[in-house]
Amino acid sequence: MKKFINQGNKDTRSGFGEGLTELGRNNSDVVALCADLTGSLKMNTFADENPERFFQVGIAEANMMGLAAGLATGGKIPFTGTFANFSTGRVYDQIRQSIAYSNKNVKICASHAGVTLGEDGATHQILEDIGLMKMLPGMTVINTCDFNQTKSATIEICNFEGPVYLRFGRPKVANFTNPLDKFQIGKGILLNEGNDVTIVATGHLVWEAIQAAEKLYENGINPEIINIHTIKPLDEKIILKSVKKTGCIVSAEEHNIFGGLGESVARLLTSKAPYPQEFVGTNDTFGESGTPTELMNKYGLNMDSIYDAVMNVMKRKAK
Amino acid sequence: MSRNLDNLVIQTRRDILRMVHAVNSGHPGGSLGCVEFFVTLYNKIMKHDHDNFSNDIFILSNGHISPVYYSTLARAGYFDIKELSTFRKINSRLQGHPTNHDNLPGVNISSGSLGQGLSVGIGVALSKKLNNDNSLVYVLTGDGELQEGQNWEAFMYASANNVDNIIVTVDFNGQQIDGSTEDVLDIGNLKLKLESFNWKVLEIENGNSLEDVYKTLNEAKDNSMKGKPVVILMKTIMGNGVDFMMHSHKWHGVAPNDEQLKEALNQNPETLGDY
Repeated sequence: MKKFINQGNKDTRSGFGEGLTELGRNNSDVVALCADLTGSLKMNTFADENPERFFQVGIAEANMMGLAAGLATGGKIPFTGTFANFSTGRVYDQIRQSIAYSNKNVKICASHAGVTLGEDGATHQILEDIGLMKMLPGMTVINTCDFNQTKSATIEICNFEGPVYLRFGRPKVANFTNPLDKFQIGKGILLNEGNDVTIVATGHLVWEAIQAAEKLYENGINPEIINIHTIKPLDEKIILKSVKKTGCIVSAEEHNIFGGLGESVARLLTSKAPYPQEFVGTNDTFGESGTPTELMNKYGLNMDSIYDAVMNVMKRKAK
Repeated sequence: MSRNLDNLVIQTRRDILRMVHAVNSGHPGGSLGCVEFFVTLYNKIMKHDHDNFSNDIFILSNGHISPVYYSTLARAGYFDIKELSTFRKINSRLQGHPTNHDNLPGVNISSGSLGQGLSVGIGVALSKKLNNDNSLVYVLTGDGELQEGQNWEAFMYASANNVDNIIVTVDFNGQQIDGSTEDVLDIGNLKLKLESFNWKVLEIENGNSLEDVYKTLNEAKDNSMKGKPVVILMKTIMGNGVDFMMHSHKWHGVAPNDEQLKEALNQNPETLGDY
């Protein structure tokens, strides 16, 4: 089992903030918009360094999405920033008509995704956003796993022409990917080679998958782990190659199992390679108040749930 | 105003009527009400060219009046007038509501779901400011459409941020699908509301007069770049130019039948050649 070293806990939203700062210094077409959450989204440095290219829109997300579509029409590369809930469900029709259907080059950057925003509770958490966004034709959907990856993804989506939904979180989590890795949209990352089971994870669940894998390895199970940071377009090749070798798969995400990564994987498997799959995710529920760790544990979004899912799916493998 | 523009107005009405009749669907009422505005804007006011964003830009928010938009664009040379015959048909670039999705020249954004165009127009205006480009953004919205809350976010934003390179026109025909705006949801004193939002408000008493529209759009241009966004409340008559369609919301989204079309076209004899 390959060793992964935590370089120190950091929040993914700070990776976004640093990436945006770098973009601001290197690309004069980049503009940023925020709906009264500049500090939460870590957009302060960009705003301070580029006051003419930073648009504080107030608590008015619908207008923010329209402004972004207009700025893109004028040739700018707008990055919008607010919580994932207010970046998607609240403004779905604005994104659908003015951005997705209109092919606008807008980067919708969403922090505080999933339950791990914690104590604010279900009104501010969202477990449905991947589903909402992946259903929009032409929308690219990315969920990064740590600080380094969020920073490199933020920089890379700027080079990509088209609407992107970039999802990240609030809490400080293990930062373990190589800061020098270039982010490749739509290309899954093979973290550990194994033969017994495939674990595909996204976002905060990637580190949990690594922890689960270490425990599995101690018990004689050798899992293959894939970091699926891009949910759409899905890297079908890496998943199919792996599952044909291992014969079973577990998907893991901080999202409702309805509409998330797991469902995309299931669609792929049923049409190309029907191997058994287990889902780690929330089961058609809203979140609630609590600490991020308490919530991850209560809703089964941790290494233990992944471990159990592996045990279950391996029992269903063809003999 | 020139005779040519009068002729273009009549021909545009014919295009609208024939387009909606051909597919027995579409929105003639609001389209006919805005003919004089479109003809003036595209032929006398805007410096426009689809491929050059440093020119003036027009954003249509009330996308359902697509027939007048398509006719105006085609007759301004953006695409062949023959393409008007594909309106609302399968495989057409002329969708029921306008979209740039299929690269129709002259259309920069999709609209139809109401209340979004004002925000988009302000966004374009912001990009022009960043580019130090002195051209203007023109937006047309319906009046019923102002019931959508996003507009008020946008009105608030533009004045608070001195977005003064935008001229918004409200098609103030007082009608919406279910009846008069007053009956459905009264938008109240729009002039006072917008003045209190710190916009420069101009009015056109007769939005179906080429002279009045021209005069006020020019006045709006003179008032632009002076620290405040400009809005024009343009009173129009829904269904203008066809006597049995005028002054009623009933022709908002209904196409004329064969006989009605004949009667309507008789009232607007061919001037510049049908598509």
